[in-house]
Amino acid sequence: MKHTLSLLVENSPGALSRIAGLFSGRGFNIESLCVAPTLDPTMSRLTLVTRGDDFIIEQIIKQLNRLIDVYKVVDVSEGEFVEREMALIKVKAEAETRAEVLRMCDIFRCKVVDVSPKTYTIEVTGPESKLKAVIELLKPIGIKEISRTGTIAMQREKKSS
Amino acid sequence: MAKMAGKEMVVEALKREGVEVIFGFPGGAIIDIYDALEKDGSIKHVLVRHEQGAAHAADGYARASGKVGVCLVTSGPGATNTVTGIATAYMDSIPIVVLTGQVPTGLIGNDAFQEVDIVGITRPCTKHNYLVKDVKDLPRILKEAFYIARSGRPGPVLIDLPKDVQNSTAEFDYPEEVDLRSYKPVLSPHQKQIKRAFKLIEQAKNPVIYAGGGVIISGAHKELRKLAETIWSPVTMTLMGLGGFPGTHELSLGMLGMHGTYCANMAMANSDLIIAVGARFDDRVTGKIDAFAPKAKIIHIDVDPTSIQKNVKVDVPIVGDCRKALKMLIAAIEEDGRPSEIWKEKHEPWLEQLKAWNERHPLSYKTEEGVIKPQYVIEKLYELTKGKAIITTEVGQNQMWAAQFYKFDEPRTLLSSGGLGTMGYGFPAAIGAQMAFPDKLVVDIAGDGSIQMNIQEMATAMEQRLPVKIVILNNQFLGMVRQWQELFYDRRYVATSFQVTPDFVKIAEAYGAKGFRATKPEEVESVLKEGLETPGLVIMEFAIAKEEGVFPMVPAGKATTEMLLV
Repeated sequence: MKHTLSLLVENSPGALSRIAGLFSGRGFNIESLCVAPTLDPTMSRLTLVTRGDDFIIEQIIKQLNRLIDVYKVVDVSEGEFVEREMALIKVKAEAETRAEVLRMCDIFRCKVVDVSPKTYTIEVTGPESKLKAVIELLKPIGIKEISRTGTIAMQREKKSS
Repeated sequence: MAKMAGKEMVVEALKREGVEVIFGFPGGAIIDIYDALEKDGSIKHVLVRHEQGAAHAADGYARASGKVGVCLVTSGPGATNTVTGIATAYMDSIPIVVLTGQVPTGLIGNDAFQEVDIVGITRPCTKHNYLVKDVKDLPRILKEAFYIARSGRPGPVLIDLPKDVQNSTAEFDYPEEVDLRSYKPVLSPHQKQIKRAFKLIEQAKNPVIYAGGGVIISGAHKELRKLAETIWSPVTMTLMGLGGFPGTHELSLGMLGMHGTYCANMAMANSDLIIAVGARFDDRVTGKIDAFAPKAKIIHIDVDPTSIQKNVKVDVPIVGDCRKALKMLIAAIEEDGRPSEIWKEKHEPWLEQLKAWNERHPLSYKTEEGVIKPQYVIEKLYELTKGKAIITTEVGQNQMWAAQFYKFDEPRTLLSSGGLGTMGYGFPAAIGAQMAFPDKLVVDIAGDGSIQMNIQEMATAMEQRLPVKIVILNNQFLGMVRQWQELFYDRRYVATSFQVTPDFVKIAEAYGAKGFRATKPEEVESVLKEGLETPGLVIMEFAIAKEEGVFPMVPAGKATTEMLLV
């Protein structure tokens, strides 16, 4: 099962390395990892996507909590949550495919952020499933380069009080 | 507030943390702190002969005394030499603080002389570590290091000190308290969990208390005994838990696991309730995990939540300090008010069964005409020391025979590398223990393989005039590996037979110590007597049966009931 964990960690040197080291040292997987400071500059928000059964996820969360630099760990995928990822995709766009690429951008509400005679670079944002769909559709046209941010996520607030 | 150089801050912090003795080895990147130590003059420094010895000695000091052990080494090789010692302390949850010198901050990352990224290297084997980049942070970091090392589940903390930081000055504002928002160990268990645990205890017919090193670390031995005697439950201990419950008590089943007693392993396998206290269901204890304690419900008390549900499914997890948890559990039992006769009556058939198992296969060994059996040496050592010595062990057969045949009644009297299994641990640890307790008898039980891994510390012990006694069980083999080769590799003794073994009596003499040797069973007692009575550092060497094995033995990966017996 895929799990998205959201961590608050001390913004200190070594914190990221401790977390990454824990995963490699204990044989857990990281599918994606994303980290940046929060409103409080001494804290960082780290979102990571991992896979495992309940037993493994429980261990991962406990082991993360054990690290001195980790303040809080939440498995956001336990409840309702919003996840987003962004990708920059440089795609071949020559005479015969330029219109096709633009149509695709329109359908998926992507932005073209760079244009060259033979390529478009497009920005796509959404849940991982949307990125996957865009990538699959652009593949036949010819993807030259791709850069993805990894997932960020947040729990949804309750809709009723 | 006074301005102070980093090196003086280190010394001042050590004093405020109550550190009386440190173990170390100097070098260019730590020379300034050595100078500051000398100028201050109030902390005793033990100069070792190899930095691994310093880390183990600090660890032995910590295990014997319950205080934080400290070691001080230089950058590069000085630092890397402590890594085995740090990993040893990490696996067994021992509080030590390791101070390493580092090249000046401006040179870090430049592959400078004697530079190594020790913070990076030790990240997975320390509880926490620091590279100090600004002297202003040093007082806080020093305070935090000691706090983190000794609180919660204890462990080693390393502080890397660049040479320029040691020599820069700042205000010395030493915090009174530590408040780390991201580190708040849970010490007080939930009352609700205690109630649930009591319910299980009430229903159990075949309970076993399974006690580990956490009992000793949290000082819960009195509470453990109280619990066992109140509900009249048998107690088995891990290697790390030996001494946490009196080994001579009628409720003691001895050690469990790979080389545990028949009775202890049968008890676990047939129990309907395991009360785990400060133990972590290590593979050496559980054997084949699917076959482990199939009938038992499990109560697991541990200060470290990661230990719970890691290897086995637990019915009642209790996160908290073992001593606190046991106190609450005892209170719940007392509140219930059932007299101990009722408990005794409930568990009587179970204890009868355990007794029968123990009588069927007690710990034993075969005697052989004219050959010294290692178990006999340990038995005699136990008799002659009246069980009162602090025993350290190396790793391998010597360690298992010591654990089986020396009965530990008091906590902190067996110091042994349980988790990491570090050969060469015992002797430097004995030095540390002897520094903590100059008047106690400290004996290292060693094999001829292990002792050679840190034998250079003979010089340290001589220099400090430490009367450590070393018992070498010499079979001219790396005995434990040989035993595996005998049993599982068709007796192919690859790389386990020593063609050359030094004359240990002469080694003792070369260092200015005393050496004795026994080659026949009838010499064992007199050599032990003479060795123990001789003042100062002593080696007692016993030429033991070359191919003696440790039994019972659960082959790796087998169920604990599939024991090979004597």
